[in-house]
Amino acid sequence: MKLNFVRKNNDLARLDGKRFRMDNIMTFLSFLILTTVVILPVVMIIYNTFWDGSKLDLEMFARVILREENLAAMKNTVIIGVIATLLATVIGVFFAWLLGRSDIPLKGLMRWLFSIPFMIPPFLAAMAWDMMFSGRGGYVNRLLMNVFSLADAPFNINTVGGIIVIEAVYYFPFVYMQVVSALQRMDPTLEESARISGAKQWYVIRKITLPLTIPAISSGTLLVLITSLSNYGIPAMLGYSKNIFTLPTMIVERVNRAGGDFQGIREATALSVVLVIVVAIALFVQRKLLKTGRYDIIKGKSMRPALIKLRAIKYPLLVVSIVFLIFVVLTPLVVIFLVSILRAYGLPFSIENFSLINYQKIFVNNKAVIDSIKNSLFLGFSAGIICLFLGVMLSYVIYKIRPKGGGILETLAVLPYSLPGTVMAIGCILAWSGIVFGITLYNTIWIILVAYIARYLSYTLKSCSASLQQVHYSLEEASRSCGASHMESLVDITIPLIKPAMVSSFFLVFLPAMRELTTSVLLYGPNSRTLGVQIQQLRINGYMTQAAALSVVAIIIIMVSDTVVKAITKDRKGI
Amino acid sequence: MVKARMENLTIRYGKHTVVQNFSLDVYEGEILGIVGPSGCGKTTIMRALGGFINADEGEIYINDTLVYSVKKRVNRPPESRKLGIVFQDYAVWPHLSVWDNVMYPLKKQRVPREQSRKMVKTALEQVRMTGYEKHMPSQLSGGQQQRVAIARALTSSSDLILMDEPITNLDAKLREGMLDEIRMLQKRLKTTIVYITHDQEAALHLCDRVVIMDQKGKICQMGSDEEIIQRPADQFVFSFIGASNFIPVIEKSGRYYLWEAKEDLCYSNTLPQGYHRGARNMMGIRPLDIVFDDTSPVRAVISQAVFLGSMFVYFVSLGGRELRLHRSTLDSLDGREYSEGDQVGLRFINEKYYQAENAGVSI
Repeated sequence: MKLNFVRKNNDLARLDGKRFRMDNIMTFLSFLILTTVVILPVVMIIYNTFWDGSKLDLEMFARVILREENLAAMKNTVIIGVIATLLATVIGVFFAWLLGRSDIPLKGLMRWLFSIPFMIPPFLAAMAWDMMFSGRGGYVNRLLMNVFSLADAPFNINTVGGIIVIEAVYYFPFVYMQVVSALQRMDPTLEESARISGAKQWYVIRKITLPLTIPAISSGTLLVLITSLSNYGIPAMLGYSKNIFTLPTMIVERVNRAGGDFQGIREATALSVVLVIVVAIALFVQRKLLKTGRYDIIKGKSMRPALIKLRAIKYPLLVVSIVFLIFVVLTPLVVIFLVSILRAYGLPFSIENFSLINYQKIFVNNKAVIDSIKNSLFLGFSAGIICLFLGVMLSYVIYKIRPKGGGILETLAVLPYSLPGTVMAIGCILAWSGIVFGITLYNTIWIILVAYIARYLSYTLKSCSASLQQVHYSLEEASRSCGASHMESLVDITIPLIKPAMVSSFFLVFLPAMRELTTSVLLYGPNSRTLGVQIQQLRINGYMTQAAALSVVAIIIIMVSDTVVKAITKDRKGI
Repeated sequence: MVKARMENLTIRYGKHTVVQNFSLDVYEGEILGIVGPSGCGKTTIMRALGGFINADEGEIYINDTLVYSVKKRVNRPPESRKLGIVFQDYAVWPHLSVWDNVMYPLKKQRVPREQSRKMVKTALEQVRMTGYEKHMPSQLSGGQQQRVAIARALTSSSDLILMDEPITNLDAKLREGMLDEIRMLQKRLKTTIVYITHDQEAALHLCDRVVIMDQKGKICQMGSDEEIIQRPADQFVFSFIGASNFIPVIEKSGRYYLWEAKEDLCYSNTLPQGYHRGARNMMGIRPLDIVFDDTSPVRAVISQAVFLGSMFVYFVSLGGRELRLHRSTLDSLDGREYSEGDQVGLRFINEKYYQAENAGVSI
């Protein structure tokens, strides 16, 4: 029986002995925190776009969106987003099928390769690709020109096409992850019965397997589309030098050009509104498309599906796949590492040019670099801890206390998930620059922290609430009836039961915070550079090899914490 | 002595009233069964008693202490109501060992260490779980987890225990054994148990006193198992506690007829016991209380006969009506066999009369 847990007699509830009950305090806090951290920035963006201080002002918005360079940025955003997403979907689905349903060998190796892109932030990958393929300077381009005696660089990555390809190869593992799990959970009898009815293998793949995985494919596609539309790192690394802008990079450019001028920031907010609209349209279109066709044939329990024999094409496919994966996943890492040990950028990769001088330069007496590492670690830890506690409290309020308006709380908390990081950052600038409550966090590390909390709260909320929903009411009621107060029940029963989820949700925040660039690039001040910002600064100022060295440090930190979280979550006990 | 008292409880979920003006006393040392169909509000009552939901009106006393009252603005939280509760899904904490599960209430009551160890030991002995102290709940079967839940309820409060469908999740054989164990446990410890179930047989088997609730959350009858079986208070109770037939009957100038569409059938010339004169009557009769009697003027045809080992089940048609009739296998040793299509005479014994609620019956 589903019970309604809304406390009715509120005046009675108070007679618990305390004037303020824990339930009420937590509910109140949840609303308060979400309002300040999430709602306020969003409201400030809308307010500043359409209100110039004294009156409704639509003219500025119209002027900004009709400006030629902004129109070009919008066009680029949509073109890059759509085509990169399509490409990523095709590649991702192909690999998902190959690994999920075919008898291709070396699956373990390929799975491992797929896990790597999740650890490298997009701007680092883009930086590596830039080192390989940017015009005449790119290492691979130079190699090809030498080998084939070409007069011109064969590839130029600093184009819209280049950005599309790099986004596609960076994002296809996201599609792969969604689809492969669906394929593995699909009831194999559905395909078998089609074969028994006389359908050929290829026909079954097209008419049975693919349609059944459409929900998974489309959710993967949407994820990629939204991430690509709001991505800052890749277009910033690849397009900036050639004046190719997308909406997120244009927003950052506007803020930088404004140099603190409020009118410039208002133009950036107008672009933010446009970006949000673009993302919202993407969400809406995906909803519409998904409406026709919901399949519940994919079951939660894992079944061992029959693997399809590839026969003659098995080894050719294997070679192509491994080469492709190694190329798109490992080479960027290798190139970054090699550049990081070069004496000077542009020298060929040979033993006599290798040295550790760059590491010495970034670590010894380089306050900016050391500070950036400290800042990122501080931000990662504190955002992780704060989001963890807020996530536990919010999910407890939403799923256990179930106050009036609990649905609103949930919507508010997951809203930043689909809100581009650039937009969130602009909102934070507007909200925390002394305009509201006279609080000024701008140019301090605290504004970055607030932005991280807003952005990553949904991660911990999802993780904690999934776990909390498995903790049945009766477990807590049992401890209440045993004489434990509400607080004691939480501490003795509920928290221990969701501990594994809490640990992993800390890392769900810590890891992305460590490699963050999109938000911090807008919010950093002289003393609050993050790792990502520092790498970008080094690169812009021409210290390519030092940027590479710092990137290697960042990747090592990320990989170590990733290994830790995997080790912790592996032996989690089921409830 | 009254152990727990509920007075005029009214509980609503939104606009839906679950129970209205519900009053019930639980006496010390008894097993009181609260029985009713799913959704009748019995779990709601338990939750109100335990302090997990607040009633909209009414008062609750436990051990003569007022723990809840809307008027007097009293609401003691669950932890200070001194109850043991056994939940339907056991609610054994999966992260604590058996020992720690049973120890937990004593820890919260700050019982001294030596004493509490003794109490946990005794409780585990009572439910025959000695030797499992170090086990984690995931290593136990459903029945064993249930015992741990009971042991925990015993250490939590050995004098008033609420059990909400405690055996529903067990298989049929275990259920029977568990009922006997609960019974013996209660006799040994003299605790008071409120036992909530939708299973009327389990309740009648186990409880000293049974409260039967209907779909609307109203108490239909309260009494010993014997009283309820012998004298069901109304048609709902009659049909709820076992297989039953209902036949509308009428009186015409001192003779009593089974009301039929075509022609009424006279079955008695004298006033049957319990008949409500001057009202519409509905005869309720158990399948075992209809017997074959060739001399009876009430004639019927056997439409189906099923042998179930200990008894025969017959479906006989009487006019347009089908009745269910049970005949013990022992009775059929008289040599007389009844098979489908046979014409038989029926006699009713020990029938009950209820004022007809069914408006379809016209006199």
